[in-house]
Amino acid sequence: MSFKIVVLAKQVPDTRNVGKDAMKEDGTINRAALPAIYNPEDLNALEMAIQIKERMEDAEIIVLTMGPGRASEIVRESMYRGADGGCLISDMKFAGADTLATSYTLSMALRKLAPVDVVLCGRQAIDGDTAQVGPQTAEKLAMPQITYAEELVAVDAKSITIKRRLERGVETLKSTLPCLVTVHGSAKECRPRHAIRVMRYKYAATPSELASAEESRKLKVEADKRLQIQEWTADDLGAEAGRLGMAGSPTKVKKIDNVVLVHKEAKVMDGSDTSINELMQELVSAHIIG
Amino acid sequence: MNNVFVYCEVTEERGIADVSLELLSKGRRLADTLGRKLEAIVIGHQVQDLEKTLYPYGVDVIHYAEDSRLFPFTTLPHTSIVVKLARELQPEILLFGATSVGRDMAPRVASSLMCGLTADCTSLEIGDHEEKKTNTVYRNLLYQIRPAFGGNIIATIVNPQTRPQMATVREGVMKKEIYKADYKGELNRLDVSQYVDAADFACQIIDRAIEAQKVNIKGAQIIVAGGYGVGSRENFKLLYELADVLGGEVGATRAAVDGGFIEHERQIGQTGVTVRPKLYIACGISGSVQHRAGMDQSGKIISINTDPGAPMNAIADYVINGSVLDVLPKMIKYYKENSK
Repeated sequence: MSFKIVVLAKQVPDTRNVGKDAMKEDGTINRAALPAIYNPEDLNALEMAIQIKERMEDAEIIVLTMGPGRASEIVRESMYRGADGGCLISDMKFAGADTLATSYTLSMALRKLAPVDVVLCGRQAIDGDTAQVGPQTAEKLAMPQITYAEELVAVDAKSITIKRRLERGVETLKSTLPCLVTVHGSAKECRPRHAIRVMRYKYAATPSELASAEESRKLKVEADKRLQIQEWTADDLGAEAGRLGMAGSPTKVKKIDNVVLVHKEAKVMDGSDTSINELMQELVSAHIIG
Repeated sequence: MNNVFVYCEVTEERGIADVSLELLSKGRRLADTLGRKLEAIVIGHQVQDLEKTLYPYGVDVIHYAEDSRLFPFTTLPHTSIVVKLARELQPEILLFGATSVGRDMAPRVASSLMCGLTADCTSLEIGDHEEKKTNTVYRNLLYQIRPAFGGNIIATIVNPQTRPQMATVREGVMKKEIYKADYKGELNRLDVSQYVDAADFACQIIDRAIEAQKVNIKGAQIIVAGGYGVGSRENFKLLYELADVLGGEVGATRAAVDGGFIEHERQIGQTGVTVRPKLYIACGISGSVQHRAGMDQSGKIISINTDPGAPMNAIADYVINGSVLDVLPKMIKYYKENSK
């Protein structure tokens, strides 16, 4: 009886390193200028999945990602570090999804992967910072949830015990399985790629990628089931069209404002002794300090 | 029916959390604009001074679910109670604090009610919305305003069709204000057995180690805040020294917290606390939108940065083009020499 762990991972634009060319002149986002990366906290989730696998006999890790075709990179990256297989769910119908539509889509894919024992994902993705998709996916599957996981305390066939990070301390929760766990950035960092795994999985591909691949890669993937990344569309998931993408998203963006800084009349000075002394004097006489 | 609801969080000390009182203050104004009532949901056990605390904020009804199993907070029973209450009472608006409790349960509640939810709003307003495609005008929607996409844009989100309209808001973003000291509402005690069942207790708390809040940067009159540019935990000691001589507190940006220079409870900004000190000294802070959202109401702002083009400089009253490590010791020295 195999123990199945699914990691939900997302490819995100690297909003932490937004350069000066990240915004176009018309104020829209220049996505091309932002590198696509593995959402950082999803890597913490992958690490926790590997730790669970190490403690359980006969466990497997499947990575599930939703996005455009190139998001298959996330699956391969996960395989290099310890995942056993992966699925990409990709469809134009998913475009414009808010967290409710996204969690519905993910929950339908998880149903297809059932039975699942533990679902892990990062607490939040850096392109939205909402932290909503994890709990909403858990709700759709009627699973209990443990959020902000920092440390795996124990796991067995029926339960999982997790230490979680709160604003002012920690709390240890024990939940029945299946359970969804969202992992905090303060959890253990993900182990790096493993050279042997890179050698083994570098040819892994989705059917769409294979269609345009060289013959030799096609043969390799056809011969080895582990290299076959699943690729599912809305129809494969049996999803209701009205609950996907923009149509399934109750939140609408009414407007987007660019961040325009209104320049105040600032007093500009250098860091010399005289300037600092004058400034301090001014603050004291204005009773701002003192 | 169709009133404004606030989920009120119970603190470790079994009082009502500040963030909830702030939301009630905002909720009262939203309710007045809409001509509706303000209702509070409180879930816990032996909550202290419940009515005395809440009514002055203009609360018309307190829905109180009391049971020893409901404190401390666990996700499932609290979610079940809020979901069932919302189905019965059809709130127009439902607000949560963006705390580890609110951000844990609000998405689950929204998913169950199939409603939209906007996280970490920095402003809430009432206004109309026109859907151009269908040529429909929706009156009096809740505008849920938040920075998005790494803070490069500010988005206004609406939920035209689903109810309740749900949002979470960080502590300190809204101002806590008494509505009427002698305001009187009514208490509705819930029959907890009607709202939760055994399956809601799938998660057990094994152990808790929660510290009392040590720092209170929200109330500080002077804040010395550091960004990633400060460089190290070691360098942050200079900020502590300046804060100490000035009688202020030390704050930080998310980048500095993520960099391990300083603890999370000092984080200022959209995903930290919002502060309104008399004086804000920004040390090596470039000034992302998310950070500025947490401090731009400060009385006076000093920006110390080696980059003259830092966005923080644009909202500062004083800009010092220089290195933090060079400037702070001079400020400390001046103050030590010239104040008694």
